Amino acid sequence: MSTDTLSNHGDHAHEHDHHDTSGTKLFGFWVYLMSDLIIFGSLFATFAVLLKGTADGPTPGEIFELPFVLVETFLLLFSSFTYGMAVLAMNADRASQVKAWLAITFLLGAGFVGMEVYEFQHLIHEGFGPDRSAFLSAFFTLVGTHGLHVTFGLIWILVMLIQVQTKGLTDMTRPRIMCLSLFWHFLDIVWICVFSFVYLMGVL
Amino acid sequence: MSGHASHAEQSHGSVKSYVIGLILSIVLTIIPFGVVMTGSFATSATVLIIVATAVAQVLVQLILFMHMSTKTDEGWNVTAFVFTVSILVLVIGGSLWIMHNLHLNMMIG
Repeated sequence: MSTDTLSNHGDHAHEHDHHDTSGTKLFGFWVYLMSDLIIFGSLFATFAVLLKGTADGPTPGEIFELPFVLVETFLLLFSSFTYGMAVLAMNADRASQVKAWLAITFLLGAGFVGMEVYEFQHLIHEGFGPDRSAFLSAFFTLVGTHGLHVTFGLIWILVMLIQVQTKGLTDMTRPRIMCLSLFWHFLDIVWICVFSFVYLMGVL
Repeated sequence: MSGHASHAEQSHGSVKSYVIGLILSIVLTIIPFGVVMTGSFATSATVLIIVATAVAQVLVQLILFMHMSTKTDEGWNVTAFVFTVSILVLVIGGSLWIMHNLHLNMMIG
């Protein structure tokens, strides 16, 4: 793998080169996140266009429960904060603290995904699944895509927990934790747009 | 090595910056939820508050959590973000504009 080559090369190079390698990786990941943002933008546009297409099914105001969404929002927001604490622990070279914060972040994120799965299951059970109307198709696609991203983020956190356990904080694991940090904060930023423009605007 | 550490401190934040980011995010979440759930404002004012707090919270998290800054990567992260936002304006604004026109034109009869 290219990462191995880079970190082996780094062993012989100066500290300065190290930083440039991980900086390039982080910037590359940033560019990926920007392209991911375009995907979400397209889904938001689709949702906005199809919002009125309820086909005599439920309107957003009839199915969204704001207190439930508020709890989901706080779970994701606090998980974003605890991931920040993991990064600070990594900068201070405290591997056990990194693992503890990553584990807390995982639990908060899992709580969020659990609540979302419950909400989807509840809606489908009521007969308001994605096949009911154009509005519901767009809603499930947009919120489901975000939920899938969070699920992949959870898998990535598990992988990093294992890697920090087996390899420690090395030149290989550090940039990965930083990339996951960007990914996790990015998902919280997308969620801000989801709760504002889908749920809050929806019930107006 | 000390230079490296201080640079890391600068670009990856401190406990203080994360706590400030968290508090600002909580406030900017409670305001729009409170306004919508109590229904104390007119619809147009409520929409304005939702948009304003959402934009503010996105900026808070981009800067305090994701450390987007003109000082790192020679500002290329900001450049990439601004470019992406302009594409988003075209995609979302353009879609709504075109579909709104189409909708009006299909209302005949």
